[in-house]
Amino acid sequence: MIEEIGRTTEGDLIINIGPQHPATHGVLHLVITLNGETIKKVEPHLGYIHRSIEKMCESLSYRQFIYVTSRMDYLSSHINNHGCALCVEKGLQIEVPLRAQFIRVLMDELTRIASHELWWGAMAMDLGAFTPFFHAFRERETITDIMEKTCGARLTMNYIVPGGVMAELHPDFQKDVKRFIQLYKSKFEEYNELVTGNVIFQNRMKSVGVLSKKDAISYGCTGPVGRASGVFCDIRKLYPYDIYNKIEFEEITETEGDSFARYLVRLKEMQQSIRIIEQLLDNIPEGDFQAKTKAVLKLPKGEFYQRVETARGELGVYIVSEGGTTPYRIKFRSPGFSNLSALEHMVKGLKIGDLVAAMGSLDLVIPDIDR
Amino acid sequence: MLNEDLKFKFTEILPAVLFEEGGEWLNVLVPPEELTPFVKQLRSAEGLGFDYLFCLTCIDWKTHFTMVYHFSSTQYRHNIVVKAKIDRNNPEIETVSDIWRTAEMLEREVYDLFGVIFLHHPDLRRLIMPDDWEGWPLRKDFEDPVNMIKL
Repeated sequence: MIEEIGRTTEGDLIINIGPQHPATHGVLHLVITLNGETIKKVEPHLGYIHRSIEKMCESLSYRQFIYVTSRMDYLSSHINNHGCALCVEKGLQIEVPLRAQFIRVLMDELTRIASHELWWGAMAMDLGAFTPFFHAFRERETITDIMEKTCGARLTMNYIVPGGVMAELHPDFQKDVKRFIQLYKSKFEEYNELVTGNVIFQNRMKSVGVLSKKDAISYGCTGPVGRASGVFCDIRKLYPYDIYNKIEFEEITETEGDSFARYLVRLKEMQQSIRIIEQLLDNIPEGDFQAKTKAVLKLPKGEFYQRVETARGELGVYIVSEGGTTPYRIKFRSPGFSNLSALEHMVKGLKIGDLVAAMGSLDLVIPDIDR
Repeated sequence: MLNEDLKFKFTEILPAVLFEEGGEWLNVLVPPEELTPFVKQLRSAEGLGFDYLFCLTCIDWKTHFTMVYHFSSTQYRHNIVVKAKIDRNNPEIETVSDIWRTAEMLEREVYDLFGVIFLHHPDLRRLIMPDDWEGWPLRKDFEDPVNMIKL
């Protein structure tokens, strides 16, 4: 264990950022070794919000454990639920009704926009601009209201269950989403005017925290972080689940691999999500919202793996079953964990002020890393 | 590359490999002492190119541990699962963190929760649990009367 504060024998300064620090977006604790203002070493200390979800899931049934996973990456809880539901369905070979698939994908994309909105506001706030945060929350609020009407909750929705979704859509759903899309489209130019085109913002983001394509693959970076380095890693395209293979959308990639590229990828991804929602919204087929399943689910003996694309990257759900009502072992491959592991490589040799820009562009959610 | 071609290629690299089928991807069972030379070949050999380690974990089977590595190739888009059985009383295996950088943190997590020693790992310490924690929480025989609530 290194000394938590003070100086090393070479005279380098050791400082702590977090666990209580606004720039770490949660309870991440970084121990940084500085030579003057230059970063020599960054060491993440995890575990402040470790709830041992993997151990907990071992004593929960296949219907129950999904609710715990909403608490991992709480900003894309729909997508976490979706991954778990798909993995259980894969084991039981349940055919999900088309209507449920449409609803799931719609909810996933709304969540993705909400997550990117929050990141956009927080990113600008990390760099000292406070106003964008309120702009982002204005639009995000509309989405959480839609979620509240249909799912009954604003953040940990627990709406997707094995076999489909838990309840029928709220009658106002389509009307509300249309209103949101209209609002979003009218405000999107503001985002670019306020932040993207800002010279100070660009100077602080460009060529900061560069990650090459080779390193991104080696560190297992996925999601917008991987795509900003030119890695084609969108699970929705590579291993499509539900109805993603029938939808038209682009996989956004950049080649620079710096913080600004990651910023641009997320910004453009929001527009692709809008495109997906527009394609689906008026075409939701009639039918059941849930397949008929047994009250007690028993997965056959074996191993099941399902990957989904959350707002942060590739989430893997790995279930090892012994044939019982509870999983024998469950592992969540969380995207934030791998993205965080690349942080030290990205910021080594930069000034300490750039650390916040690089960390913000990774879009870390700490409960997802600690689990 | 199809599973049959992969099988042929793997047997060429290491004759001692065993295959398990039935799952979504081809499962390759490797003797633990042969793991490092084998996975090095996975990454560099012509036509394989497994450059992306997307999941690394361990399973406690009460009689032994199984290390599970999920590999994918960003070039050829094929996936495999490599498994290695290790002794539960003396869990030791070579690190792969020099081949895939992401393994460094993932192996620390496995060490923290299962107590598997990764030989030649650059920085093997507890990652999630406190430094003075005793025991390995994800093992099946772990008991903690204070922090664990049983349903």
